[in-house]
Formats: sequence, structure tokens, C-alpha cells
Amino acid sequence: MAENVPREGTDDALVVRDLVKVFGAVRAVDGLSFRLPRGGTLGLLGGNGAGKTTTIGMIMGLVEPDGGTIRILGRDLRGDRSALLAEMNFESPYVDMPHRLTVRQNLTVFGRLYGVADTAGRIAELSRDFALEPFLDRRSGALSAGQKTRVALAKALLNRPKLLMLDEPTASLDPDTADWIRTRLEDYRRETGAALLIASHNMAEVERLCDDVVILTAGRIAAHGTPGDLMTRFGRDGLEEVFLDVVRGRGTAAERAEAAT
Amino acid sequence: MSTTPRTSSGFSFGRVGAMVLRYWYLLANSWPRAVELVYWPTVNMLTWGFVQSYVSAKSSYFAGAAGLFVAALLLWDVLLRSQQGFAFAFLEEMWSRNLGNLLMSPLKPSEFVASLMAISLIRLAIGMIPVTLIAIPLFGFNVWGLGAALAAFFANLLITGWAIGFLIIGLLLRHGLGAEALSWSLMFVLLPISCVYYPVATLPVWIRPIAWALPPTHVFEGMRAVMIEHVFRFDLLASAMALNALWIAGGVFAFTRLLAAARRAGSLVQQGE
Repeated sequence: MAENVPREGTDDALVVRDLVKVFGAVRAVDGLSFRLPRGGTLGLLGGNGAGKTTTIGMIMGLVEPDGGTIRILGRDLRGDRSALLAEMNFESPYVDMPHRLTVRQNLTVFGRLYGVADTAGRIAELSRDFALEPFLDRRSGALSAGQKTRVALAKALLNRPKLLMLDEPTASLDPDTADWIRTRLEDYRRETGAALLIASHNMAEVERLCDDVVILTAGRIAAHGTPGDLMTRFGRDGLEEVFLDVVRGRGTAAERAEAAT
Repeated sequence: MSTTPRTSSGFSFGRVGAMVLRYWYLLANSWPRAVELVYWPTVNMLTWGFVQSYVSAKSSYFAGAAGLFVAALLLWDVLLRSQQGFAFAFLEEMWSRNLGNLLMSPLKPSEFVASLMAISLIRLAIGMIPVTLIAIPLFGFNVWGLGAALAAFFANLLITGWAIGFLIIGLLLRHGLGAEALSWSLMFVLLPISCVYYPVATLPVWIRPIAWALPPTHVFEGMRAVMIEHVFRFDLLASAMALNALWIAGGVFAFTRLLAAARRAGSLVQQGE
């Protein structure tokens, strides 16, 4: 699992070391280090402005780090970024697909962008997995939030990514649809051995999906461990309480007990 | 059935084709967009065509250079719409909040701009070919009659449009939709000083060096030489091409610098409406 100063192994999908990003006077990401093994799921948590989006932006190559290194699937991101991105994918409810295009047209375009050898076959396969058939030829702008999320996930899995980045994958979905999406993600990880990095504010989701959790405050790692470890260390029954302890600076169970005496 | 991604570290025409296909789907699914491509060039051509008819009836000079205004207008539209087609195709991605998907895909910046060039050409063909054909029966002016000169004028104006397009999309990447207005308006700065409808000699002396620094000025002077003096000025073509080489290099340089600045500033993760 993750270590504070990670050493890269051959089974690592992602290794982030001493990552720094400064915007003016603000250190948005301040010496961040973690690793994500292949087949693992890492939850990246933090309050608004904690540095999650900037970190994901740097991993995807959209933001230039001011320091540190990012290695994905054993290769440096500063090398052939395009070839690396062909083995990754991303899903977020805050990014859309063209509304005027049908679901099939959008998936066809992205299949070609990712160089998927049999785009039509892969779309058919994903349509069955994500139950897209009833609206495959409907315009993307006419879909419900749940349908849009399913399409976005289908797009994210078109190229069978070895590293899948998910930003709030079930935001604004009803509990039934959200549960269905989580099951699909678990299935995908189990079947392919892909690594998943999930940024989420839904602690129940993180508890269920993630085997490793990083909680950020002010761009630094404030807590790091498996969900079980964190709950034990903070003396809490759920990650939500752990999260509140961390972001409100209440400390671990031992620290709270020491402060009380 | 193989679904393994075919990865390529070089320039991919497949990815360029995917982006062109994406734009083609957009046009096919949205007839107002396709109509709009033809609408403004047609309205402009009709207006200037009737002005040309009126002025020709009053002036022997203009009567001897039939189609001068219409030709100027059509070439101006090539310049304007090559830039707008380039920038609007990019803006479509921002308006639809799709830019994030593209920037996090294997699509390289060089492939993205190559697709914008291809889309700009498609938009021009859809918008301009019908208008040039309408001008033949209505005003007796056949722009295709300019032959090789038309191809030279067209290519030069296209390159100038793309050079400005590079600057605009760089500004859009760096400053987001706050820079959107430039894609509509920036080209109009060139309209009075690139001498679309009148010779450079009409300008005040102190503005003329600025005018001659603009590649379109050489094209429009060359067009008047063909239509009025019936002479093809190779010197003007050569100077337009030399200036365009500088302009496109400047546009690409500005785009790459603005893209790098956007990566440093983190503005690529804040794109959208």
C-alpha cells in the first residue's frame, strides 16, 4: 500500500513524489507523495481548495508542476504524454460531452481519439455493460444525470485504461444509480487489474471502493492509510468522522486523549 | 475481437480525422449551424453586389473593373471566415464543456490545431462556394475566372486567418471564455488598414508602412492589379508569402507560449462556460 515517501515498484500504476504547485503566494500542492499499485484504488480526499483538482490536473498533464515527479505505468509523464494518456482515462461530472452529438457519435469520436481498434465493437460491448442501448442514438444533451454518468463512464472505459481517474464519479446521482455505478467500477478493476484514483466527497463510496486513502489539507497529506487503519487511528466508526477530525484539526484518538488529560 | 488501443508516439492523422468527424457530426445534427455558414457571406455579397452595380452605372472607372467590390468582399470573407472557422471550432469545445475530455485524451496540440485547420477549410467551402456561384448569374462576376491568381490569393488569406486563429485560441486557453469576444472581433482591426476595398495610396502616408506589414494588403493590391490592370503581380504574391511565413511562425509561437503559460497557471483545469 501507500507510503509517505514512495519507492517505485514494477507493479505501480502511479508514483507521485514530492509534488509541488504554487499559484502566486499559495502553495496549492506542497510536497505530495503517494503511490498507487496496479489493481489498487486510491481515494483522494480533502475539503474544497485542498489541492485535489490541481493534483489530478498535474497527473493528467494539464497543470505544470513546480517541483516533484509523476511516473505513470513506469514512465515519466514529461516523456511521451500522448502515448501515456492512451493508456489512461478520466471521468468527471464537471466535464461534458457535446450535447448535439448522439451518444454513439460521441463514443465513436472518443474511440478514434484513443485509437481503439474496433470502436463499433467496443461501443456495443460497453452499451451492454452500462445499459446504454435504449438511448445510444439519442442526443447526449437530452439525457438524465444518471444516463450521462453511464455514458461518461463508458467513454472512460473505451480504451480499457490501466489507470482510471475519477472525479466525483457518483455526484448528483440517486443512491440506486450510484450503487450500480460503484459495482461496475469494482467489476472493471477486478476483471482488468486496472488502478483507480478517485477524488470524492462521498465517504461511504470511498470506504467501499478504496483500499488506500489520502486526505489533503492545504495541499499536504494530513492523513494516509487504509480506511480501516484511519478509522482505528482516529477512533471513529466511519470515514466521514475521520475526515472531519482531519480537516478541523481535532487530531487522532491518541492526540485527542492526550489533549483531554 | 481486439479492442487494444493502437498507440502512436508520432503525429496521428487518425486523431485529426476523429476531430473532423466530431465537427461533421455537429454540422449534420444542427442545421442552423450549417445555414449560418452560408447566410452572412450571401447577405454581404448581395449588399456589395448591388453597391457595385450602382457605382458602375455612375462611374466609367468602376464600370471597367466589373466585380471589383464583389471580388474584394469574397476574398475578405475568405480571410475573416478562415480565422473564425478556426477559432469557432475550438470555441465549440469550450461551449460544450468538452475541452477537458480532449485535453486529457491522447490528442496532441499539433493534431488539435491541424483538425481546426481542416474544419476551417470545410466551413469555408460550405460558406463560400455557393456564394461565388450565386454571384455569377446575379452580378455577372465569376471569381473562379481569376484562375491561378485566385488560388494564390486564397492560400495567402487562409494562412493569415490561421495565424490570427492561433493567437486567439492561445488566448482562449490562457484566459478562458473571457477572451471569446476576440474571436468575433479581432480580424476587423485589419479591415480598414489592409485596404480591402481601396488602394494603399488612399491611406494617410504614416499608416502605409503598417498596411504593408499586413499580408492581406499585398493580396488585395494584387487582386486590384489583376482586375483593373489585368496584370498578375508576382512581387506582391512573393511579399504576401514572405510576410505570411512570419505571421504563421508568430501565431504558432504565441500559441505554444500561451499554452505553456496556461499549464503553469492551471487555467486548463478551469475551462468551460
